[in-house]
Amino acid sequence: MDKICIENLTVRYSDGAESLKNINLSIPEKTITVIFGPAGGGKSTLLRTLNRLNDLGDVAELSGSVIMNGVNLLDRQTDVIGLRRKIGMVFSRPVTLPLTIFQNVSYGLEVAGERRKPVLQNAVESALKQAALWDEVYDRLQDPANALSGGQQQRLCIARTLALKPEVLMLDEPTSALDPLSTAKIEGLLMDLKNELTVILAPHNTQQAARLAEYAAFFLQGELVEEGDGTQMFMKPRKKKTQDYIMGRFG
Amino acid sequence: MKNPRPNSTIKLGEWLITFFIRAAGYVSILYVTLIILFLLREGLPAFKNVDLSSLFGEVWYPIEGYYSIWPLLFGSITVTIGAAVIAIPLGVGTAVFISELAPPWAKEILKPLVEVLAGLPSVVLGFFGILVLSPFLRQALNLPTGLTAFTGSLLLGWSAIPTIVSVAEDALNTVPRTYREGAQALGTTQWQTIWGVTVPAARSGIITAVMLGIGRVIGETMAVMMVTGNAPVLPEGLNAFFLPIRTMTATIASEMGEVAQGSIHYQVLFLVGIILFFLSLVINVVSFMVSSRRMKRTERLLS
Amino acid sequence: MILTPRNKQKIGIAGLIALSTITVLPIVALVIYILVLGLPAISWDFITSFPQDGMRAGGILPAILGTVYLTIGTAIFSVPPGIAAAIYLVEYAPDNTITRLIRIAMINLAGIPSVVYGLFGLGMFVIFLKFGTSILAASLTLSIMTLPVIISTTEEALRSVPNSFRVVSISLGASRWQTIWRIVLPQSIPGIITGIILGLERAAGETAPIMFTGAAFFLPLLPNTPLDPTMALPYHLFVIATQIPGMPVQVQYGTVLVLLAFVLGMNVIATLIRSRARKKRQW
Repeated sequence: MDKICIENLTVRYSDGAESLKNINLSIPEKTITVIFGPAGGGKSTLLRTLNRLNDLGDVAELSGSVIMNGVNLLDRQTDVIGLRRKIGMVFSRPVTLPLTIFQNVSYGLEVAGERRKPVLQNAVESALKQAALWDEVYDRLQDPANALSGGQQQRLCIARTLALKPEVLMLDEPTSALDPLSTAKIEGLLMDLKNELTVILAPHNTQQAARLAEYAAFFLQGELVEEGDGTQMFMKPRKKKTQDYIMGRFG
Repeated sequence: MKNPRPNSTIKLGEWLITFFIRAAGYVSILYVTLIILFLLREGLPAFKNVDLSSLFGEVWYPIEGYYSIWPLLFGSITVTIGAAVIAIPLGVGTAVFISELAPPWAKEILKPLVEVLAGLPSVVLGFFGILVLSPFLRQALNLPTGLTAFTGSLLLGWSAIPTIVSVAEDALNTVPRTYREGAQALGTTQWQTIWGVTVPAARSGIITAVMLGIGRVIGETMAVMMVTGNAPVLPEGLNAFFLPIRTMTATIASEMGEVAQGSIHYQVLFLVGIILFFLSLVINVVSFMVSSRRMKRTERLLS
Repeated sequence: MILTPRNKQKIGIAGLIALSTITVLPIVALVIYILVLGLPAISWDFITSFPQDGMRAGGILPAILGTVYLTIGTAIFSVPPGIAAAIYLVEYAPDNTITRLIRIAMINLAGIPSVVYGLFGLGMFVIFLKFGTSILAASLTLSIMTLPVIISTTEEALRSVPNSFRVVSISLGASRWQTIWRIVLPQSIPGIITGIILGLERAAGETAPIMFTGAAFFLPLLPNTPLDPTMALPYHLFVIATQIPGMPVQVQYGTVLVLLAFVLGMNVIATLIRSRARKKRQW
């Protein structure tokens, strides 16, 4: 079943940076969808469009629709803040907020108005467990978050989006700043998470894309070249451009 | 999210705060407008009540109805020129030394001292001028009085230095390191790099620094009033520099306390205030445009 | 001597060292001079008693208190709108003509001669709003003068908070204001406080803006309400330095030292807060 339907989506920035041209893409539910392609192909723009972070930048043109749960996310009427709670986002650099570990995870709930201590404590604990971080931090939840290692920080970033019980988790090159060990941990985590929610991943290299893709979409210069089953795409791509990219002929 | 608390009160508070923030954003425009309005309201009637021939005559002698602004303008210009001659080389030189040459320990001494100077109230400078500087100058230069335009220029030169140093130093610091390294890789000495590459690259910032410094000098009030001798007269010769004068600012400060509200004299003092206001407006807007052009150019270079 | 580039460099650097020395030596001299001559005049009595004998003897209590009142008044009227205006400029303002106009207005406010503020305060607060020469009118006048300092230093403090914090906070469903209140402000508080103190330091030392709006030559009593005029340190110094014949220098030096301690003390506090915050910074 499809979770998100993107129809005729076009995005253009006023400074002429990376954009998207007439994208049509369906993202299946409870699956890892990998969005890959060379830098500047439109991956980040797509992710930022889905949870409306583009509202903060200079978007010159935005058309088409993104339907989730029967609602067009790009509609002006859409409750942006509610939307961002449903579609979590993890960035390439682990940016922990200048707060304690606990506060980082409870942040999303607190800004949503949740003040009941036990509720927050439960949510933080289960989110940290879900992100496979609990065992490493349960005894120092009141320490500043930036005392954690890079890999731990990135899992903390995942945990704080999970605390909001999102329906979709988007990750933009989440392991690009991490060592191989931490990367493996996060990849394993994503394999578990996809049983509970929809994962959209912009991987930071083709190998990672191949490892994780159940469903895949290849973006090149703002256009969607090919989409389809992940395994098939990396074994036997239909389009020549996709093949060239996977074989490492450019990008 | 299950069952979040109803938070309409939070929403209302947030709306109020955001409203206050947005309103406060415009407060600068509001205040500038109010200042212009009130200066014009109190000062413009002077044109109706005073003959133009008096306003642009030669004598400032309010008791007998002579309101020429020339002696005051002349006083301000004289002191400003003198202060600029002193402050520009000292200020720019110090800025170049701090940003390009000084070892860390020298910076640690120079910068706080310049900040102390910036923090000295004008009236303290004036006090020092009256008690120390002017008696010294009177003896050293064998003058009839130490309260002269020159004394004022010396004090005001120093009061402009902090502005010049900090703005010029900022400008020098924004010159990319690669410029300097590139020049030195070509075999120029550090000294040649400074004057051939770094200072020219920071030129518009240094010009801004000098203009803002001059703006400060023109607006300076207490120090200049205390040490320039309170003599609103046009000069007879070139030695005007070593004679008492009076600036526009000092005239307002020393006479406003004694005039009747709404009198012609009162209106003319506001008129002098209007002149000062627009002088500073021109200086600041022009230097703003010079420095924002510089920013645009670096943005182009970096993109 | 032949002027090789190397020799030229030596002479040039020596020249710059000389210029810098000429710049700062008088500052050192002035501060030491005032310290040496002022310290003997300072006593508990001098700070806590009223002037006597036509201000030629006694203390300067009313002037000190007056400056404290004016500084507090200035803070009340300049800090809230100043911080709010800076938040607007950094976090909300779009990049358009009106914002540029706000910037020009701010720069213009920062450059207006202090005596012109005095005229404005006289015209608007003293006469038009009928506050009379009072602490209220003088504080309002000083607050407008202080505003651009507070706005620009607060802006700088807010801008130093990395933008990624804001993006993350927003992506977790926080509103703009929640992001400012929970993340941006706590991180920039030391910088903001430094800016406020530096702004108030300037206001505390100003004479020209309060001469016609609230400062009194001499008052036998302390002010009772904000609508009373007050004595103030800088104006008092001006008065005893120029208006009173036969003024004992000792009282003058004592007064100037107290004023200097007041102003430079604020400066030192601001510098300390800034350098401590830089060390503690988490990013």
